[in-house]
Amino acid sequence: MGKVTMTVNGKSRTAEAEGRTLLVEWLREGLRLTGTHVGCDTSQCGACVVHVDGAPVKACTVLAQELDGAEVRTIEGMADADGSLGTIQQAFQDYHGLQCGFCTPGMVMSAASLLEENPKPSEAEVRHYLEGNICRCTGYHNIVKAVMAASGQEVAPVAAE
Amino acid sequence: MPKDTGIGASTPRREDVRFLTGKGRYTDDIDVAGQAHVVFLRSDVAHGRIASIDTSAAEGVEGVVRIFTSKDFEGVGGIPCGWQITSRDGEVMREPKHPILAEGKVRHVGDPIAAVVAETRAQARDAAEAIVVEIEDLPAVIDMKAALAEGAPRVHDDLPDNLCYDWGFVEENREAVDRAIAEAAHVTTLDLVNNRLVANPMEPRVAVGDYARHDGSSTLYTTSQNPHVIRLLMGAFVLGIPEHKLRVVAPDVGGGFGTKIFHYAEEAFCTFAARALERPVKWTSSRSEAFMSDAHGRDHVTRIELALDADHNFTAVRTQTLANMGAYLSTFAPSVPTWLHGTLMAGNYRTPLVYVNVKAVFTNTVPVDAYRGAGRPEATFQLERVIDKAARELGVDPVELRRRNFIREFPYQTPVAVEYDTGDYDATMDCLLEMIDRDGFPARRAESEARGKLRGLGINCYIEACGIAPSKLVGQLGARAGLYESATVRVNATGGLVVMTGSHSHGQGHETSFAQVVADMIGINEDQVEIVHGDTANTPMGMGTYGSRSLAVGGSAMVRATEKIIAKARKIAAHLMEAGEDDIELKDGKFTVMGTDKSVAWGDVTLAAYVPHNYPLEDIEPGLEETAFYDPNNFTYPSGAYACEVEVDPETGKVDVLAFAAADDFGNVVNPMIVEGQVHGGIAQGIGQALLENCAYDAEGQLLSASYMDYTMPRAHDFPMFQVDHSCRTPCTHNPLGVKGCGEAGAIGSPPSVVNAVLDALASGGHDVAHIDMPLTSGKVWAAMQGRGDK
Repeated sequence: MGKVTMTVNGKSRTAEAEGRTLLVEWLREGLRLTGTHVGCDTSQCGACVVHVDGAPVKACTVLAQELDGAEVRTIEGMADADGSLGTIQQAFQDYHGLQCGFCTPGMVMSAASLLEENPKPSEAEVRHYLEGNICRCTGYHNIVKAVMAASGQEVAPVAAE
Repeated sequence: MPKDTGIGASTPRREDVRFLTGKGRYTDDIDVAGQAHVVFLRSDVAHGRIASIDTSAAEGVEGVVRIFTSKDFEGVGGIPCGWQITSRDGEVMREPKHPILAEGKVRHVGDPIAAVVAETRAQARDAAEAIVVEIEDLPAVIDMKAALAEGAPRVHDDLPDNLCYDWGFVEENREAVDRAIAEAAHVTTLDLVNNRLVANPMEPRVAVGDYARHDGSSTLYTTSQNPHVIRLLMGAFVLGIPEHKLRVVAPDVGGGFGTKIFHYAEEAFCTFAARALERPVKWTSSRSEAFMSDAHGRDHVTRIELALDADHNFTAVRTQTLANMGAYLSTFAPSVPTWLHGTLMAGNYRTPLVYVNVKAVFTNTVPVDAYRGAGRPEATFQLERVIDKAARELGVDPVELRRRNFIREFPYQTPVAVEYDTGDYDATMDCLLEMIDRDGFPARRAESEARGKLRGLGINCYIEACGIAPSKLVGQLGARAGLYESATVRVNATGGLVVMTGSHSHGQGHETSFAQVVADMIGINEDQVEIVHGDTANTPMGMGTYGSRSLAVGGSAMVRATEKIIAKARKIAAHLMEAGEDDIELKDGKFTVMGTDKSVAWGDVTLAAYVPHNYPLEDIEPGLEETAFYDPNNFTYPSGAYACEVEVDPETGKVDVLAFAAADDFGNVVNPMIVEGQVHGGIAQGIGQALLENCAYDAEGQLLSASYMDYTMPRAHDFPMFQVDHSCRTPCTHNPLGVKGCGEAGAIGSPPSVVNAVLDALASGGHDVAHIDMPLTSGKVWAAMQGRGDK
């Protein structure tokens, strides 16, 4: 057991970690940042994606002790400074890109990394980039639309009413 | 013009804000002070006798609080089954005990043997690994036909064989159906498998048991679609805790798809252990554990025969199914292959004679129960596949063959008990053909062929019975529960109100759509309406959410309660304005004396109800709170037509879905955005079943697909954008909103069109393949093209 310190969503945070403590456990149990979710145990589902030093990382694949001093951003740090939804978050609401909400934090974090790397992705590029994030509710249809919309591209309206 | 508020508006979902900012409160986010953690030691063999369990080394592991085995559960009930089926011979189904922890034998990989409670989850896991269990392996039965063979190993020693029940429906029609098939101008026969699936909501199951020493009450936080059902089953049948001493909370739940309906052993264990240890006990399933402990879905082996006369009218359907129950009966398992399946075998067609035989079979596999659609996808798949096969055999257009047999007069009494109230199958078919541009298909096929690819178009219809269900009817059919729904509307003094609903939302957006309905009825802003669900402590007894029932049943209860509120508020308004009650109308949140400019605002009336200084106390009580229980008098019958267009690579057998269109009739629609989202998700699960997903066991009963490395979950690149339409609307005639269910339609309607499309593509390449069992992986499709398919 040892203390691990990281900058999480802009603030220095310290919590205990065993050698086997995963980053996702450290965030959820150590810091009580429960927005990052655990959906599998084989690094397949992507519900736990956070940003570590600016890169998207599945927080179930890294040990907390290895990240002492790292800069981490989680879903709790994605809103705008005034507390309102950030651009990607707002697009997910506007285009119904979430249902049960469980995969959503990881989806938003992956989408943010995509748009940083590729500000105007095609539909195929969005689908390809999100391969590491599984959603069981939406069929991805509205997630893809939300990400396209968040990138400032035209998308069809939300419902055919 | 789209509405921007109330019924019919695509109101953005209010629950999204917490989910998008990490503020959702799922069960695993709940930690109760002082909690210990439990890890279950599960069987790694499919069938065996437990010779010994040695926990001595494990008890010495740091942090261990206590280790439980079955001997700690003497006098505790088994996990109950909620539905009883009666066999053709009049015998009731066989119902073996389902203990919380395995007693004497293990019966499937994943069967829990021991439970370790420790200070931390890691310590509990360490200790579980230190338990020494000796199991004498027994031969396992996995294949259903083998399980029914004479002399097969028995899953349950106290049963004579592995048959749970042998159900015939409608038994009185059996001989007439046999005769019609014998005399038919043409009979098409199809053998098929409806593949075993795992529901896989993204949130694994979690249970936290808590016990209050000061009053002897228990609380269970759990990932459930129906907390009251869990309270009743666990309290009354397993642990013997009266309902007034038991609270069940299902907070934000990360998807259900049926698999979170059922009462599970882990819930009972955590509640039991919390009381025994007088401290909270928490269990969080891993995904691998979920694969071997969440109830699975589907797993039917079926032969269907469709009889036609010389004019291609359907004259009879006969179908025989083996339905896998797994090792124990899960909560609603017996109802799925029977009443949720046999009653749909008329489909959208005027077939006068139908006979359904289902043999339910115990095997050494995880229990099988309802998964999105539950019985109705199995019915739709076999019927819509055999119709396509018949069209091919007869050389007729599959759409025209369907149209020839469509039901066009409503209400329509089917030969399989249910009466369809409304529908317009031509309308959804017309809409579908336009959406998918069937006329343009030959040109698209030619374009694919020019690139060396095979293109296929598959079309099918579906009908389902949902909005489950009339209590009186399901009681006659063996349900051990009523299937009404409840709502309490509590209006506050300042005019805002809370709806406490027995429905449960785990992705469906009830907090938004339910508020739209009530706000619209009263004429107030949606943000003045709060929807509360998921806690037995503050909601009336409700049956929860499954079977596409929330709006049709739960919404109807809410409408009835709101009508009572409005009726009482009108009386108060009449008093305040010194007018006759019949002269008062409510519009836009204002009570007006008709024909005058005299009015009182909603808020003035609600204030008067709680500050009754000027109030008709001799006629009505103060306060404004009403409860309604709604029991429907029929199911609702959503229907539609689906189409899938695929391209098959003849070199590899790989199938690409190029287009998917769904034309649904859901009756009236409250929030089109949410409805479309439900259809998208259902389609994805249906295409997943058809092309990707398969829960596989080997012959010894080892679960081969026990993680996301082995079980193919659909991902974003597996799908095109979907085309969906719900503009064909025949409102339900018997619920106040005129709504039908939309939650399962996508999963019910989509698998046949995918398979029909692939076979159509193969046929265009000269491969006359009658059927390929799902999932249509590239290997299977390629083998079929080489003439080496299963069939």
